[in-house]
Amino acid sequence: MSSLLEIRNLFKSYDRGPVLKGISLNVESGRIVGVVGPNGCGKTTMFKIIAGLIGDYQGTVLIDGNPPGVKSKEIISFLPEKTYLDEGIKAGTAISMFADFYKDFDRQKALEMLKRFNLEPGMKLKSMSKGMQEKLQLILVMSRAAKLYILDEPLSGIDPAARDNILDIILNNYSENSTVMLSTHLIHDVERIFDDIIMIGNGTLLVAESADALRERTGKSLDQYFREVFRC
Amino acid sequence: MFDVKYDSGVPIYLQIIHLIRQKIVSGEWAPGSRVPGVRDLAIEFGVNPNTMQKALSELEREGLLYSERTAGRFITENTGIIDAARERLAGQVLAEFIKQMAQMGFTRERTIKLVESAFENHAGLSKREENS
Repeated sequence: MSSLLEIRNLFKSYDRGPVLKGISLNVESGRIVGVVGPNGCGKTTMFKIIAGLIGDYQGTVLIDGNPPGVKSKEIISFLPEKTYLDEGIKAGTAISMFADFYKDFDRQKALEMLKRFNLEPGMKLKSMSKGMQEKLQLILVMSRAAKLYILDEPLSGIDPAARDNILDIILNNYSENSTVMLSTHLIHDVERIFDDIIMIGNGTLLVAESADALRERTGKSLDQYFREVFRC
Repeated sequence: MFDVKYDSGVPIYLQIIHLIRQKIVSGEWAPGSRVPGVRDLAIEFGVNPNTMQKALSELEREGLLYSERTAGRFITENTGIIDAARERLAGQVLAEFIKQMAQMGFTRERTIKLVESAFENHAGLSKREENS
């Protein structure tokens, strides 16, 4: 069986130097995958390459057999670290925009989730708290019937109580036929939902295995192991 | 939310197996009753559906649960299997207890005496024991 995502010898440099130094990994369908590593380790760069936002890299990246491009973008739903929505936009308008733009967008589902998480279609982005903004954007991204969801730091800046909401949105919406890749530095709060864990340090792959296999092998939680590996 | 210690080094599917075993042994999940769907259980436990699936499959292998192709998953009606699981759990609790008592320096005789007097001091506890 071919993997949903296949990366071989991925290299990427910026002017300041190399960011990804030869990453190779496979991600299967139907998984929730945690991508962890210290700030600046290359997580966001890797996500942007997979999502087709960075074109000049070396190596092979295949999403469902296709390199990043028009075909792959149809099956990838990407939540960037920084918002691209205009701060004056209303929640309802953003939903309409996504419904127009993506043919796999489920407007009904988005509106139901909006209600469930106590957001009103008439609310403007700028009048929302950071947590509400993050919820809205996650609702938009998860309301697509994508094969690969890429969520870059969906929990940063969100208070602990609302983090469970965010995890609920993810658990409720991902299906057996799709995979969620989620980066975070708050491993402790999310490790319970990971099937697999990918650890990146300084542009190289340190760990790529099942979360429970890592617990069994090390006798540590992912969070404890992470702290040990990246102790400063 | 169930009491799974997500921050421990014990694989989450093993923790879930343990919790569900306790529910079956205690009768909270009654013999013959239907088990909720994988997705619902996953959300209830706050874990990934694949992890929940793995735990349920393991419990099926143990014979505590069984699947019927169309009707879903059920708790076994075979009380022999449940009794055996109960005794295994009790064995684990006792082994841990004996280990800790020994670490504190208690002999076997002293430990048994302490257990007996603890039962006498906790009338409620011994009453429950007689009823079961």
